Amino acid sequence: MSKRLQALVIPVTAVILGLICGAIIMLIFGYDPIAGYSALVEGVIGEPFYIGETIRQATPYILVGLSVAVAFKAGLFNIGAEGQMLMGWLGSIIIAVNFDGLTKWIHLPLAIITGMVFGAIWAFIPGILKATLRVNEVIVTIMLNYTALYIFNYVVQNLLTDGLDKTQEVHASASLQSELLQSLTDYSSLHWGILIALGFALIIWLMLNKTTFGYEIEAVGFNENASQYAGMSVKKTIIFSMVIAGALAGLGGVMEGLGTYGTAYVLTSSPGIGFDGIAVALLGGSSPIGIVFSAILFGALKVGALNMPAVAGVPNELVNVIIALIIFFVASSYIIRWAMAKFKKGAKAE
Amino acid sequence: MTAILATIVSSTLLMAGPLIFTALGGVYSERGGVVNIGLEGMMVMGAFSAIVFNLTFQDTFGNLTPWISLIAAMVVGGLFSLVHAVATINFRADHVISGVAINFLATGLSLFLVKVIYDKGQTDQIKYYFGKPDIPVLSDIPVIGEIFFKNIPVMSYVAIIFAIVSWFIIYKTRFGLRLRSVGEHPLAADTMGIKVRWMRYQGVIISGILGGLGGAVYAQSFTLDFGHATISGQGYMALAAMIFGKWNPLGAMGAAIFFGFAQCLAITGGSLPFFKDIPDVYLQIAPYVLTILALVGFIGKSEAPKADGVNYIKGK
Repeated sequence: MSKRLQALVIPVTAVILGLICGAIIMLIFGYDPIAGYSALVEGVIGEPFYIGETIRQATPYILVGLSVAVAFKAGLFNIGAEGQMLMGWLGSIIIAVNFDGLTKWIHLPLAIITGMVFGAIWAFIPGILKATLRVNEVIVTIMLNYTALYIFNYVVQNLLTDGLDKTQEVHASASLQSELLQSLTDYSSLHWGILIALGFALIIWLMLNKTTFGYEIEAVGFNENASQYAGMSVKKTIIFSMVIAGALAGLGGVMEGLGTYGTAYVLTSSPGIGFDGIAVALLGGSSPIGIVFSAILFGALKVGALNMPAVAGVPNELVNVIIALIIFFVASSYIIRWAMAKFKKGAKAE
Repeated sequence: MTAILATIVSSTLLMAGPLIFTALGGVYSERGGVVNIGLEGMMVMGAFSAIVFNLTFQDTFGNLTPWISLIAAMVVGGLFSLVHAVATINFRADHVISGVAINFLATGLSLFLVKVIYDKGQTDQIKYYFGKPDIPVLSDIPVIGEIFFKNIPVMSYVAIIFAIVSWFIIYKTRFGLRLRSVGEHPLAADTMGIKVRWMRYQGVIISGILGGLGGAVYAQSFTLDFGHATISGQGYMALAAMIFGKWNPLGAMGAAIFFGFAQCLAITGGSLPFFKDIPDVYLQIAPYVLTILALVGFIGKSEAPKADGVNYIKGK
């Protein structure tokens, strides 16, 4: 079996196994799996509104998935995409609500870039600690997630507003929202961010596959010592890949700030997009093309699930179980490969 | 002054108790060579099953309910950890990824079950929970009694005893030696006739039992119900405590108490002198920032077991 085909078989098998397990769970608890899944599908493609919502949900997933993937390629596990996303959201809102009278051509890019810079700075911390002092990036990024959440809420309440729980709406000159896209999709919250996300998927694909830097990232992720001997700067690569990862996750947050919500508000708990991004990157096999597809799949599952309680009586939390199981099957792909090898051998013997 | 100290000690220990149990769980798992980011999920399952068990049997067991619920939580935590064990030990999954999946699964599954059982997003409040009793006799000792033995979170003292016992188990018993050997050099251990997989299974299952216990203690001391925000990061804190404590039970305990202290400041700081004037946000982020600074300061000294996170494939 060619490598390319195998790269496709594993995620597809994982998704199918995840859905089958979901069906079994529904059966165990006395729900009708067919009704449940039809409600899910209807909630994704039943109406233009749902399609718009699915694409909107997939937008930050693509960017955060790319973030996790870039770090992963360099051998780093970026659990901190969540915090970087929050900082990006915050950065974009600070620019978006504090400047008035700028033209869209200046205001919007400025807000977007600020968000990316905020995310990048937040990821620079674990990057530099890992590169210079070998501090475990998993723990540092987890800690920075909480730090980001509290700073986010503090800034919203004390610096952007006077003790309010929500900032003012962003000025039209810094908004990603689009009346055209909304009216096309029956007034869903679809916004221009999807084009930015797809654009960055292309840029990251080019970076990883066509540039020396992309090659160095993969080399460092594959074998640090060998890369060092080959004359690459492992430290620089680690720091830069984290910074790029942070900028991408930050951009994911910008999508929420300038696109979906058009504001920043006090969060009682972390929104979880950064964590979902880990799932997106894993299912997408850390390849930008795979990530676009897995982001759309997870976006569809999340949005479609909202239709399940009303139509089929199935709690929408089931979808999170299915997503968890899909990651398990991807993580345990050894067993899938093993089964495929057995199957192939069996076929040959006949 | 004594009163302030008593408040600080009491709430520090209260916050630290669940972290100690869970961090100890992490020590067992990682000493055996299995990285356990899934501690958070094991706490979630423990908190969930304890609250459900507590609500279901409160009329049967009365005052004893929270204690018996602990057993339920430990059983569920232990069973749940099997998923991580199978994925990492048999299916050669990446330990961190499997751990992340464990956390996803625990949150998804527990909230799904809450909806199925109670038809709403969170459970009712429990009637019987862990109070803060005074210890007779000891609490009559002047000053010390008031600080350490009045108004105390009992389970936190149990946790400290667990930590000491765990230190003994890991460093002074045959089981501990074997567990450490499969975490340091599984091939050598295998050659000596130690069953690597079985040892690792035991480490992970103990981590599930202790993680479940930690979650149950937390839910039955603080939140008193179960919903999406019941366990929000305590498992990750416990993981950090374990690393900070150099994979040593007593070190993990010390780190957990330190985190408990930092969290206690974040919550009660506003009512204490010296801390009143500091904006909340600094106290809120203190535990996390201090953790990072501590990790930076402990460079080179905090080394994981050598084969931690490395899948052992026989014959390779």
